[in-house]
Amino acid sequence: MNHVQDHAHPHETLPDQDEPLSYHQRMEVAVRELLIEKGVLNAGEIREAVERMDARSPADGARVVARAWVDPAFKARLLADGTAACLELGIDIRPTRLVAVENTPEVHNLIVCTLCSCYPRLLLGLPPDWYKSRAYRARAVREPRAVLAEFGTELPDGVTVRVHDSTADMRYLVIPMRPPGTEQLGEAELAALVTRDSMIGVALARRP
Amino acid sequence: MTARFAVGDRVTVRRADPPGHVRTPYYIRGKTGVVERHCGAFPNPEELAYGRDGLPATPLYRVRFRQREVWPDYAGQEADTVDIEIYEHWLEPV
Repeated sequence: MNHVQDHAHPHETLPDQDEPLSYHQRMEVAVRELLIEKGVLNAGEIREAVERMDARSPADGARVVARAWVDPAFKARLLADGTAACLELGIDIRPTRLVAVENTPEVHNLIVCTLCSCYPRLLLGLPPDWYKSRAYRARAVREPRAVLAEFGTELPDGVTVRVHDSTADMRYLVIPMRPPGTEQLGEAELAALVTRDSMIGVALARRP
Repeated sequence: MTARFAVGDRVTVRRADPPGHVRTPYYIRGKTGVVERHCGAFPNPEELAYGRDGLPATPLYRVRFRQREVWPDYAGQEADTVDIEIYEHWLEPV
């Protein structure tokens, strides 16, 4: 009995090959090979840089938010100069210029980059696929409340929604509101409540 | 280069449609907002994109717009805003 007859709904086999390279993919390969050929970098150094970037995770951002929750003076410094405040915790995101924005009972912040997909990678790691999608980039700025609802985030009436379009040289971090019932938790336990999505602004911090 | 606009100033985004690499989103051109903060000065990315040095560095502002003014049929609340980074050469005084 062959494979197709085994199934009630026969399906076509997906082709097992990558799509043809796009213009920018070819450009990346060409530049990378030139850098190696001219001795500017070697292949191992390029691989290590990619590995370092892939290893960044939202845990660093969560640590920053947890400190801001427990230390009002740190939060004030974070709001004034995000990059310098991260450095205080040993998190070096230079040359990224970080703007931290704070959620309050009156204001909810949401981050998007409508032009491309700018994201604080050095603090949060790689962006989720949806953040780069045309649908999110177009709709977050046009109908942020509908987008929030689709992420399961319903805001009370009277809360102002403040969208930040990351169009140029700044990168953004949302400081979500500290959940109720967390007064007794230590900084590490608090950090575990701070999710990636809460720092983009599509969700609230988790409850313990 | 000293900044031409102060925090709190009302500014209008130029309604221009130049070719090439542009960092001012189309949807905000022609709209009026308020300077929220200075971000410093940066080499002009619209020049950097073509291998030029982008100098002198151009002041960059964060400008806050009311969503109701950006999108006439905006479904959210009156106070909702969108903040956008805009280089000085895209801004005009009101």
